[in-house]
Amino acid sequence: MSKTIEMQKKVLSENDRLAADLRRALQDKGIFSMNFVSSPGSGKTSLLERTLQQLRDTWRIALIAGDVQTENDAQRLIAAGGQQVKPLVTGGSCHLDARMIERVIPEIDLDETDMLIVENVGNLVCPAGYDLGEDMKVVLISVTEGDDKPLKYPAMFRRSSVMVINKIDILEWCDFDLETVKKNALQINGDLTIFEVSCRTGEGLDKWYDWLGQQVRKKKAALNPS
Amino acid sequence: MHEVSIAHSIIQTVLDEKKKNNWAGIRAIGLKIGALSGILPDALAFGFDALKKDTPLESCHLEIEETPVVARCRACAHRFEVEELTFTCPRCASTSLDVEQGQEMLIAYMEVDEIKDTTHDP
Repeated sequence: MSKTIEMQKKVLSENDRLAADLRRALQDKGIFSMNFVSSPGSGKTSLLERTLQQLRDTWRIALIAGDVQTENDAQRLIAAGGQQVKPLVTGGSCHLDARMIERVIPEIDLDETDMLIVENVGNLVCPAGYDLGEDMKVVLISVTEGDDKPLKYPAMFRRSSVMVINKIDILEWCDFDLETVKKNALQINGDLTIFEVSCRTGEGLDKWYDWLGQQVRKKKAALNPS
Repeated sequence: MHEVSIAHSIIQTVLDEKKKNNWAGIRAIGLKIGALSGILPDALAFGFDALKKDTPLESCHLEIEETPVVARCRACAHRFEVEELTFTCPRCASTSLDVEQGQEMLIAYMEVDEIKDTTHDP
């Protein structure tokens, strides 16, 4: 005799449980955390290098640099002045999961951290379903990609809170329309905060730095309401 | 392409339940895969069939239901199915929405063979 048993159990419930624990731990320390996602080559590491160079004397920034095979990104971030940069080599896996973050977290001094940034593996599909305990996902897109990318990868753009459009210094040589990409992204997610930047020239980055500072302050204020 | 690791998680979860409940076998696993979950049902079934070999789930099959994206408007509370990836409330045109269905990957049910309870036999 066979019998049907109701389950309603999330496939990634174990990941979600670990992510919830991580979120609570970061919350308790008043740390603002982001999960950076993009296609390979959109400029995640470049944006983080710039961010470190600009903000390293203002905020204590910890980074977890996910990479499929090498520690090259982590080396670049250390060279950019990162005090707490932890490489996380997935050994082939196409995404980071909460278990991997949980293993690296003990190497970070959370009492000496204002902002934690996780640089995910370059991939707009697989990382979407894996909560890492972050406050928000930040998705990068560059003007050498298609301006229909938000429509092609709706799961990722829907789950992100911020979209950074990079490489705007070479916009005139690309078949990429800024208004179209913004329209497409907002069709998927009307709550997106959007930045237009060039990590090469620095254009547009001041607004990004200001916004980051606001997020860190907001997070700290929530911890110590006065 | 992370369907194989998802298939692996499903097999782990189901085998844990099997052991916990002392079931004799599992004939089918019913899944609900949201249209916005980032998972391709065909690739998931392929991964599952490859991984189940030489496990107690060898003769088990997946029954996958693809669930559409359903959102609720934060402005007017209207609940609607999102069509053609347009996340805009059809009633009040607000784009401020909560997605209530379509991002999930759920094991909805399992069809199991129970072990006969011998304690009540004469």
